[in-house]
Parts: sequence; C-alpha cells; structure tokens
Amino acid sequence: MSLSTSAPVAATEAVEVPAISIRGLRKTFGSVTAVDHVDIDIANGEFFSMLGPSGSGKTTVLRMIAGFEAPTAGTIRLDGTDVTRSAPFERDVHTVFQDYALFPHMSVLDNVGYGLRVRGLGKKERRERAQQALDKVRLGHLGDRRPSQLSGGQRQRVALARAIVLEPRVLLLDEPLGALDLKLREQMQVELKQLQRDLGITFVFVTHDQEEALTLSDRIAVFDAGRIQQLGSPREIYENPASAYVAGFVGTTNLLDAATSQRLLGVADEHAVRPERLRITDARDTAPAAPGDVRVDATVTETIYLGTGNRVHLRTADGTELVALEQSTGAAAGQEARGDRVTVRFARADVVRLTAAES
Amino acid sequence: MTLSRTTRRLLAGLTFGVLALIYLPLLVVVVNSVNPSQSMTWPPDGVTFEWWRRAAHSAGARDALVTSLQVAVIATALALVLGTLLALALQRYSFFGKHSVNLLVILPIALPGVVTGIALNNGFKGILGIDLSLWTIVVAHATFCIVTVFNNVQARLRRMGTSLEEASADLGAGVLTTFRLVTLPQLRSALLAGGMLAFALSFDEIIVTTFTAGNGATTLPIWILNNMFRPNQAPVVNVVAVVLIVFSIIPVWLAQRLSSDVEAAR
Repeated sequence: MSLSTSAPVAATEAVEVPAISIRGLRKTFGSVTAVDHVDIDIANGEFFSMLGPSGSGKTTVLRMIAGFEAPTAGTIRLDGTDVTRSAPFERDVHTVFQDYALFPHMSVLDNVGYGLRVRGLGKKERRERAQQALDKVRLGHLGDRRPSQLSGGQRQRVALARAIVLEPRVLLLDEPLGALDLKLREQMQVELKQLQRDLGITFVFVTHDQEEALTLSDRIAVFDAGRIQQLGSPREIYENPASAYVAGFVGTTNLLDAATSQRLLGVADEHAVRPERLRITDARDTAPAAPGDVRVDATVTETIYLGTGNRVHLRTADGTELVALEQSTGAAAGQEARGDRVTVRFARADVVRLTAAES
Repeated sequence: MTLSRTTRRLLAGLTFGVLALIYLPLLVVVVNSVNPSQSMTWPPDGVTFEWWRRAAHSAGARDALVTSLQVAVIATALALVLGTLLALALQRYSFFGKHSVNLLVILPIALPGVVTGIALNNGFKGILGIDLSLWTIVVAHATFCIVTVFNNVQARLRRMGTSLEEASADLGAGVLTTFRLVTLPQLRSALLAGGMLAFALSFDEIIVTTFTAGNGATTLPIWILNNMFRPNQAPVVNVVAVVLIVFSIIPVWLAQRLSSDVEAAR
C-alpha cells in the first residue's frame, strides 16, 4: 500500500468538522467594541453555554451566529461552510428568542408551522409535523390558542417547538429561561437538557445565570467586556478559574491578594479558594498547620443560616475578608457567633493560583 | 381622585358649553337643509325636501363629489404605498442622510397650504410644463397624505420592535415573505388609521387644491365655496354639507371601533 492512497482516508477520519467554528470575531457599534478576539469551536451535539453579565458580548456573538448582526471582522463557519456574510434565512441555525417573538396574529399551531410554510410544504404535512413538535413539548392540546392566551412557560415551549420542528443542526438559545420564575426555570432546565439529548442537536445557550450554565453545559465560555475570559468544562471553570474575574463571577470565592498570599502561602501571586473548602475550628485549636495545610486566625463578622448549612463571614488579623460555607451536619455545626475568635484551615491543594488578567 | 361637588358641576357645565359650541352650528346646517325658506329664516316654518331633490339633480355637486372621491382614493392609495415604504426604510435601515429624509417627509404637513399650493402651481406649470388636472391635485394631496400614513406606520414599527421580523428570517423567510406574512398583518390597523386620516385630509382640502386644480376638475369643497354665496344655490350647499357630515362620521366611528377591537385583543 502506498502513502498516496491511504493518506486521504486517514485525513477524513481524523478531523471532525466542528458544528460551529468562530475565528477572530470582532464587532463594534460606533466607538464601542462589543466583541473582540473571540475564537470558539463547538462540536456536534454539544451543549455549549456563553456566560457573562449583561453587556459582556455573549448575546452579540449569538446574534452574529444567527446572522442578525454582521461581524466587523472574523469568520463564522457552520459545518465547515463560511456563513459570515449570509443572511439569517440562509443559515441552518434557529433561535429561541429571549422574548419568544411568537407571531401574535397566528395560532400556536401556525406559529410552529411557520418555518415549514415558508419552505413551501403543503398544509397537511405542515400541520402534522407542527402537531408532532407541539406534542414533543407537551403542548399538543393548545394548538388552536393564540400566543397571548398562553402563560410564560407555555410560550417558551412554543418558541422551542417552532425552532425544533425544522430539525436544525444547531439551536441558539438567548436567555430562554430569563423571564420565568424560579420553579418553572428549574423544571425547564431539566426539559431542555433532555430535549437536547433526545434530539442530539448542538445547543448554544446564552445566560447570565452561572448556576444554570454549570448544571446544563458540556462546556462554558465565560465572557467579560467582549472577550472570552475562560473556556472549559463546568468543572474546570469552577475548580480552576483562570482569573479573579471568572472566580468571582462563577460561584463565590475568597480572593487572596498578593500580600496575603505571600504571608499565607509564601507566593506573591493572586490566589483563590472556594468557601466550601474552608474549615472552621475554634480558637482553642492551637495545633500548627499540618503539612500541605494553611491555617489562619480570624474573627467571625457574620453568620448566615442557609438551611442546608451556614455561611460564615470572617476577617483575619490583617483585614482580609473570608467567607466559609459549612454544611449542616445536624449536631454542633453553626455554633459560631459574631465576634467569636476562630481558626480557619484549608488545604494548599484547594488553592488556585490566578493568572493576572490581561489588558 | 375625588372632586368636590362644585368642581364637578363647573366641569360638566364647561364640557356641555364646548360641545354645544361645536355641534349647535352643525345642527343648524342640518335643520336648514329642510328649511322651506330660501333665505333660511329662523325659526323654519315647515319642512321641505325640495333642496334635497335639487341637490340630487345638481350635476355640478355630483361631479364635484365624484372628483373629490377620485382624488381622495388615489391620493390615499399612493400615500399608503409610499408612506409604508418610507417608514420601513427609515425605521428598519440606516443610510446616509436618514435624518434629513425623515424631516423632509414630515415637513409638508407643517407647511402652510398656501405655500405648498403656490410652490406646486409654479412647479407644475412653470418648471415641468404640465397642465393642471385631476392628477396634479392627486400629487399635491399625496404630499401631505403620505405624512399621516408614514407617522402611523412608523410608530407601529417602532413599538413592534424587530424581534418578530428577526424570528421570521431566522425560520427561513426571505425579506418579501417576512413582510407579507409578519410585518403587514401587524401594520393592518396602523394602515387603516393612517389611510382614513389621509382620505379625510384630502377630501376636505381646499387651499392647495385651489392652486393645483385644472379647469375640468372641481372638488366638492371648491364647489361649495363657489356656490355658498349664490342665493339660489345656498340651500343646496346645506344639503351637501349634511351629506359630508354623515360621510365624515362613519370613518371616525369605524376607526374608533377598530382600535378598541385591537385593544381588546391585546
């Protein structure tokens, strides 16, 4: 066998083309840079979240993938095809909008069948497939209603059905659960995850809710000021935040500045440690730090009862503020009161060194 | 908010006074249309339908009515198309000179009719060398009819936002399909309101019309003005006025019912 015959076969097997591939994406509105230096590859069937506060550029990236905004620079490829300059209706991606954007003058069934209608499908087939999609989101009995007659959660499902009826390769979701109350949101999170698994399509999910991103996603891109601050699995993001910003935005964290780090760890870099990794013992605990452990004396400034445990706010002798989470164990936990002098211990392994934020 | 008894009475009296001032003269016109006295002596000493019969047979009044309807219908149709296109362009796209165009479109409704009239008269006759006709009136009326359609449609587009149109494009609809299936249905009541207002404006316009009407084209308001001070035509003018009152009430009533339907559906 010669090299020339085997090489192409190997090449097609080796490289899987990403569902979405973004390179050097940049968007400016006048003098404001909304998105800058964004590179993302999203694999087929992945649940990918873009997480960040409002104005961080995550929604703008989503709108550029959908085709509503044209990038100032950079390319967007869907399944390897460059769509950077294509119109929204030329792209095989569909969006679930934050405000749902259901057509108020059409019935629920006609809303769901809209995409099939503009593709020229006959009325009968259109209605059948729209009905199936409605059944999938458990709204099969409400096809005759107008969107205005539905609750928020139901509208959300209609918007989902309207997008999935077209069997897209990629579904873009722009804060789809933002308008729902907490109970409904938790329920819809489970349904979304199940739907994504059943359909096997790629989800790109925009949210400002870090818990939502952590629980739903395969991977997360954390956005701030138009740039990706960190991209990784939920575990990587939470356990190994790349910067003080990520550590602070995803979950709560104790930031140890360079001076404090020098004193406690002997390294003059910024570090972070999660509140649930701190252990509190009382002031009579005078044992020195075990190898690989850090110990510091502190005063309790506040104890907040959370039901599942306590959140204890502390201040060390040099003025560093710390937060510790204590799981409720039933018995003696949660005895610290304001003003108590205590000892805080944590493992060096639980401390994450933060790289200085660029720019 | 509760008002004292005196304030309530005062306000009720004021409302009654203003309404009376508006509607009593209209009532007099209605009564005079059946007043047997040609010089309209008051109070009338009987009821006659002679003027109504004469009006029905007045070729001048009938022709003027037809001309007015033609002008109003064509000018409104023109305004609906152009006004909607303008509103879409200015509300949905950005281009060089957008704000200037916006101002220039609205200006004709603020300009004194006399100025528009003279300018168009000069423009048609002097510059373009066109004879005045029904069509010159249509063009003249369209300049301000566009504004009412434009304003209504633009306000609706602004309130509607872009997300419905984006959703339509996202689901695979091209620009024209989106307009036909999503934008136009949302604009329907705005177009109706703007169109009716445009029709009403054109139908009773007199100043601009005076400058742009050709010999053969006499609209109803001009006919009324010409005949009002002729003693033997005055009663017929009253009849025409009553017909106009009826014609104006219907669209207003329809528009109000329609907008309340829209409110109820929301």
